[in-house]
Amino acid sequence: MHNFDFVKPSTIAEAVAALSHEGAQALSGGQTLIPTMKQRLAAPATLVSLTGIAEMQGVCLGDGGLHIGAATPHATVAREAKAHYPALAKLAGGIGDPAVRNKGTVGGSLANNDPAACYPSAVLASGATIVTNTRTIAADDYFQGMFTTALHDGEIITSVVFPIPEKAAYVKFDQPASRFALTGVFVAKYAGGVRVAVTGASQDGVFRWHEAEAALSANFSPAAVSGLAMESRHMIADLHGTPAYRANLVKVLTSRAVAAAG
Amino acid sequence: MPKDGGIGASTKRREDVRFLTGKGRYTDDINIRGQLYAHFIRSQVAHGTIRKIDTRDAEAMPGVVKVFTSADFTGVGGIPTGWQVTSRDGQPMLEPKHPVLAEGKVRHVGDPIAVVVAETLDQARDAAEAVEIDIDELPAVVDMKAAVKGGPLVHDEIGSNLCYDWGFVEENKAAVDEAFKKAAHVTTLDLVNNRLIANPMEPRVAVGDYEDHSGQHTLYTTSQNPHVIRLLMGAFVLAIPEHKLRVVAPDVGGGFGSKIYHYAEEAFVTKAAQILKRPVKWTSSRSEAFISDAQGRDHLTRIQLALDADHNFTALRCETYANMGAYLSTFAPCIPTWLHGTLLAGNYKTPLVYTNVKAVFTNTVPVDAYRGAGRPEATFQLERVIDMAARELGVSPVELRRKNFIQPDQFPYQTPVAVVYDTGNYQATLDKLLDLSDHAGFEARAAESKARGKLRGFGLAHYIEACGIAPSNLVGQLGARAGLYESATVRVNATGSITVFTGSHSHGQGHETTFAQVISEMIGIDASQVDIVHGDTSNSPMGMGTYGSRSLAVGGSAMVKATNKIINKAKKIAAHLMEASEADIELKGGKFTVAGTDKEKSWVDITLAAYVPHNYPLESMEPGLEETAFYDPSNFTYPAGAYGCEVEVDPDTGKVTILSFTAADDFGNVVNPMIVAGQVHGGLAQGIGQAMLENCVFDENGQLLSGSFMDYAMPRADDVPFYSVDHSCATPCTHNPLGVKGCGEAGAIGSPPAVVNAVLDALHRGGFTHVTHIDMPVSPSRVWQAMHG
Amino acid sequence: MTKVSMTVNGRTVSGEAEGRTLLSSFLREGLGMTGTHIGCDTSQCGACVVHVNGQAVKSCTVFVQDVAGSDVRTIEGMANADGSLSVIQQAFQDHHGLQCGFCTPGMVMSAAALLKENPTPTESEVRHYLEGNICRCTGYHNIVKAVLAASGQDVSKIAAE
Repeated sequence: MHNFDFVKPSTIAEAVAALSHEGAQALSGGQTLIPTMKQRLAAPATLVSLTGIAEMQGVCLGDGGLHIGAATPHATVAREAKAHYPALAKLAGGIGDPAVRNKGTVGGSLANNDPAACYPSAVLASGATIVTNTRTIAADDYFQGMFTTALHDGEIITSVVFPIPEKAAYVKFDQPASRFALTGVFVAKYAGGVRVAVTGASQDGVFRWHEAEAALSANFSPAAVSGLAMESRHMIADLHGTPAYRANLVKVLTSRAVAAAG
Repeated sequence: MPKDGGIGASTKRREDVRFLTGKGRYTDDINIRGQLYAHFIRSQVAHGTIRKIDTRDAEAMPGVVKVFTSADFTGVGGIPTGWQVTSRDGQPMLEPKHPVLAEGKVRHVGDPIAVVVAETLDQARDAAEAVEIDIDELPAVVDMKAAVKGGPLVHDEIGSNLCYDWGFVEENKAAVDEAFKKAAHVTTLDLVNNRLIANPMEPRVAVGDYEDHSGQHTLYTTSQNPHVIRLLMGAFVLAIPEHKLRVVAPDVGGGFGSKIYHYAEEAFVTKAAQILKRPVKWTSSRSEAFISDAQGRDHLTRIQLALDADHNFTALRCETYANMGAYLSTFAPCIPTWLHGTLLAGNYKTPLVYTNVKAVFTNTVPVDAYRGAGRPEATFQLERVIDMAARELGVSPVELRRKNFIQPDQFPYQTPVAVVYDTGNYQATLDKLLDLSDHAGFEARAAESKARGKLRGFGLAHYIEACGIAPSNLVGQLGARAGLYESATVRVNATGSITVFTGSHSHGQGHETTFAQVISEMIGIDASQVDIVHGDTSNSPMGMGTYGSRSLAVGGSAMVKATNKIINKAKKIAAHLMEASEADIELKGGKFTVAGTDKEKSWVDITLAAYVPHNYPLESMEPGLEETAFYDPSNFTYPAGAYGCEVEVDPDTGKVTILSFTAADDFGNVVNPMIVAGQVHGGLAQGIGQAMLENCVFDENGQLLSGSFMDYAMPRADDVPFYSVDHSCATPCTHNPLGVKGCGEAGAIGSPPAVVNAVLDALHRGGFTHVTHIDMPVSPSRVWQAMHG
Repeated sequence: MTKVSMTVNGRTVSGEAEGRTLLSSFLREGLGMTGTHIGCDTSQCGACVVHVNGQAVKSCTVFVQDVAGSDVRTIEGMANADGSLSVIQQAFQDHHGLQCGFCTPGMVMSAAALLKENPTPTESEVRHYLEGNICRCTGYHNIVKAVLAASGQDVSKIAAE
């Protein structure tokens, strides 16, 4: 990979300052970024590690739900969110593999917005709030297509606030090689209705399945989605699945997620 | 009672201690003072004309010593091919030049164009971006049928993409066609044997070193056969005589065929070290391995089985297109021919077999042997078409096979495809398999799955493998440009310990342990007194290395032969010391005795006498106790077995789960059951990988779509079950001294059709009777499409 | 170049590193500790797994400057103090849990991390935990068996020699 200067600030303010320099890029675990840099597909002049910032670490209950520091590794979320939001903890515990989960972070995953990443589905289905160094962004406004988000250059996600649902479950169907989601569905039932978010399937990245939300809000049962049609037009076609296959998975996994949510 | 040492004991592996403590010494662990680092610049297009390579800016960059192109390799030979196949019309195959670095044209993604050599690897990589390469892209040819029907030429100078058009057995063709006309039933199956990437966990590495004052070259390389590399590279590429070229393959992290071949990078570092007068090291990244290691399989086949009214197989007819990739790798031509056509009789007494194989050049990475090599392709088509025939006829696939087996009293059995099976008992392995897999309880298990909404299926496959390919004079007639013997030097030291230098190479097989077990058994000394040395051309006799399940059957036999020479000489010394007749000397438990007396000499008495020959028949015998033997087998060995797979299919997602896998193998005699079982386990995972997960795919422009572990699905621990393996149905090989058969490839040969047959069985039981075949890998998407598409 | 110090297998070490120097390169080239292996470049194979502050990480996907000052443990530090094989290492030898040995360091390090988190895992838990460690030789049978044996569970019922 290309060489760069490595800095590891200990406060958000220092990180923001470091990222204001030309060619600076944030590193938040690096489990996706480092392989990309090895292929010389990313060449930052300065890499700003966010994992040494104490105020961006940790899982705790607070206003609006469960607050997760953006630099919290998946393994920590899997462990510490379990008592408060088990579906989210399960999702975190199924990302990558144990060694990856010890380094990869929620903030890194959301900033990258890989169309097959798990976290975006939880954020979108939970109607979570992305907190950055300058503002808060509603989940519905945050995801703007694959690898594209509402973040500005130099803006850092500092935490994510997940409203805690009455019931929820995430069901992931592994892409057999990468173990990313070939398709993953997160279903969350709140007093105000059900939200369903789908990752891995669409060319536009994570999306909400509104028809399923309406059907499940009326009748929260696996059978409620059986009559729905899922368009395959915008689904991803690759070695591992056709658009029609992914569309089928969306239905099957949604139904299974509802069953798992109980 | 299991033995605790010698032949038949599950002796723990001595090599494990260094591997478990981080003290293995792999090629990438070798760093020579002053070494430089090579980075290969490879083609990003599958086909193109090189217009310009400008290295000036790169050569001015920090740390760069030199940027090499093909201009630096004029006068150097091409990478040679080790086997020549003759076409049906009697013409030799087309054999285009395979330059070390691309000359004028690039022919596949990954074809090396230039090499930056610098003080550090990062400097070499940084400078590579400054090498200006101008390529006019040409249309690529990827599809084999298109390639032979007038697609773009991969090699303009040979005028065709058809490397050879081979018929076997050509003399039987008319009789086979006639048998098909008379058949009561014909089953036809079109299938793809998917291209695979061997992916040993250790990527390839090569370090070249050169001693200016003596002209001595040393190449450290990740090879399964260092002597073969020395011969091919020395004689054909770089014109270095063997005494000036040492090739060392230290600990090697798996090979599975992909480290048999002589590769351009080995020749490059060897030559570059001479030019630059400094050691040069190249370490492949995994991404680079995906486009530079020879790949495996990639056949398109139509197979037809003819049966009479009683369901006897009367003839088999196959047509295969075999992908060679852009260049002929070392043994590529023989894989779809002699290692494939000769196995098409399988376990069956089919009287007539004809196969036509068209080998095709395409703008893809070269293809060569990968675990099993030709034999998995033969087994897959045969075992699939038999299952399909059984389904069409409404008979049990188990009984259809049983009915057509070669019977135990028919051995030795001359097949219609040239080879003679020495021993076997296919009924026995089938019965063992049905017992071990609780076939009787299958229907109850299927009902239980059905109650959970899942489809359960059982798949059976039989295989036979011809391994330890031989004898040399025959393979020479068939086109081999090498002998296929093996060698060993057994050096008995003065105080009785033994060092064995073998031409076999261990890269995971555990020879250091098993070969010592054999010597220990033969002489009656503790295995700790025996060391096995391999992998260095400077200390071992010319050997052919390890591939094709040959090490114990061929290399072990050479060692036995040399040890017998040692024992014979030792007996002469013992006879002299005990003033007895040589014929009366017996060796047992490390002691020499004279029959009918209480005279006795220990092993060490004899070895000391050999090296301190004060009381010694010097007039009739040389001192010392060291012997070398070369063993050239009179026939292949023929391991065979029955494999059974039980799967469950999720009808909603198409996901296949392997619930159990049972293997009943006949490997003849077994030296170390633990290691043999381990070899089967590994082969099974690779076969299951081929059947369910692995797929090397190029798009129509020749770009590799499965270019990393992110898209090429390697079997993981949670993809496979515990296996049940058995090798108690042994019919020992009759023509090698240990009575052993090869075991290294069996698992990868027999398992793919068992898995696919099981999936098809599950679908049929679930009512999806319109599905007659699914090409590998039977991924969830493909299974679902087959069911619902 | 920046000077980086850390503890490796209980010993304080330091060396020069660029921004791009990975922990795996620092160990292999900087410190000459070649037990940690590199089997891929996409963070998939796990041959490079080491422990950083007690947690398994893929050392090829960590910049060394990011873990400066950490406590690192590698395969070279896994044997008992007297040099004999540790329980996990011994179980791998006893149950033939390795063949070519290349993935083995990462397997042992992941197995150790698993048994620390979960001292008596089920077969399924072992298989799932090892999904980030690819072995091409063993078919995993004897690796899973070795890990179960290292956890003190009876593996005598598991098939094969």
